[in-house]
Amino acid sequence: MSDALEVLDQVGKWKADGKGVAVATVIVTWGSSPRPVGSQLGVDDAGNMVGSVSGGCIEGAVVKEALDAIKDGKPRLLDFGVTDEQAWDVGLACGGKVQVFVEKVN
Amino acid sequence: MKAETLAALQDARTKRRAVTLATRLSDAAEALVYRDDAKGELAGDAEILAAARRAMDIGKSETVEIGAAKIFLNVYVPPPRLIIVGAVHIAQSLAPMAAMLEFDVTVVDPRGAWATTQRFPGVKVIQDWADEAFQAMGLDVSTAVVTLTHDPKLDDPALESALKSDVFYIGALGSRRTHAKRKERLAEVGITEEMFARVHGPVGLNIGAKSPAEIAVSILGQIIEVRARRLEALSAPKVAAA
Repeated sequence: MSDALEVLDQVGKWKADGKGVAVATVIVTWGSSPRPVGSQLGVDDAGNMVGSVSGGCIEGAVVKEALDAIKDGKPRLLDFGVTDEQAWDVGLACGGKVQVFVEKVN
Repeated sequence: MKAETLAALQDARTKRRAVTLATRLSDAAEALVYRDDAKGELAGDAEILAAARRAMDIGKSETVEIGAAKIFLNVYVPPPRLIIVGAVHIAQSLAPMAAMLEFDVTVVDPRGAWATTQRFPGVKVIQDWADEAFQAMGLDVSTAVVTLTHDPKLDDPALESALKSDVFYIGALGSRRTHAKRKERLAEVGITEEMFARVHGPVGLNIGAKSPAEIAVSILGQIIEVRARRLEALSAPKVAAA
């Protein structure tokens, strides 16, 4: 919980500095996912990150979507799991699945 | 997420006010739901407010379906707080251990020689009488209070205020005999036997603790247990009485 608020503090600072910012949040988990529901990752328009949604497995893909969300302003719902080729590559092959919501801070 | 929402979440944390942020996943419409208030585009939906407050009670973020919409409820509850009355030797073990368990720790003692930041690095130290300090801090349902001074002048007013609040845990150091005498004294200020039953005394789990550090472990074990059982009871499905 304190983690999430640290993320929001940094996101707030980026926003105050006039940067484009997005927040990604773990909204559903199945099986042994590394981070609980509510975990957040903040991303600025230069791709800087704060926090985590997976302990490193899917952050790359999430940052890419976050940058797109900053550009077009549309929220995104991302699924990562064992059936996802990319998730295999990034290390969720343990059987965990996560759903991540990405939105721009307006 | 709106920038105002971000600011409201940060403000709620500073004030130790629980809040759930409800977000509709299709379009990122939001509501900030407090125990007794709600703001934002979704704040008019009674079902969302009820679900958000239930999530807040359990302290668990989750995605729910309401009508045809998927709503994510992100719960921001203040971290549990431990107020230690008496800046004594046991407190010097209890405070850092509790901080390690992510409790927001405050040590309260009116005696200047005891209540020093040198003796308690890294936690809040208030040099004041407990009942006055409690009033300034505001006791809430995510707070635990432990009295350690052995001195009725210091412990009793602290217990009396704690018993008149809805803190989730109250513990008092002292033997069974001390505890029985304490009950008699508090009865004189209107604390009934039923009310007094909320006080865990002798404090802590019975694990044969002797040293200050061991006693700190036994106290924290009991606080963790009480807190976990309470959250379990809150999250269990409610069964109608037969």
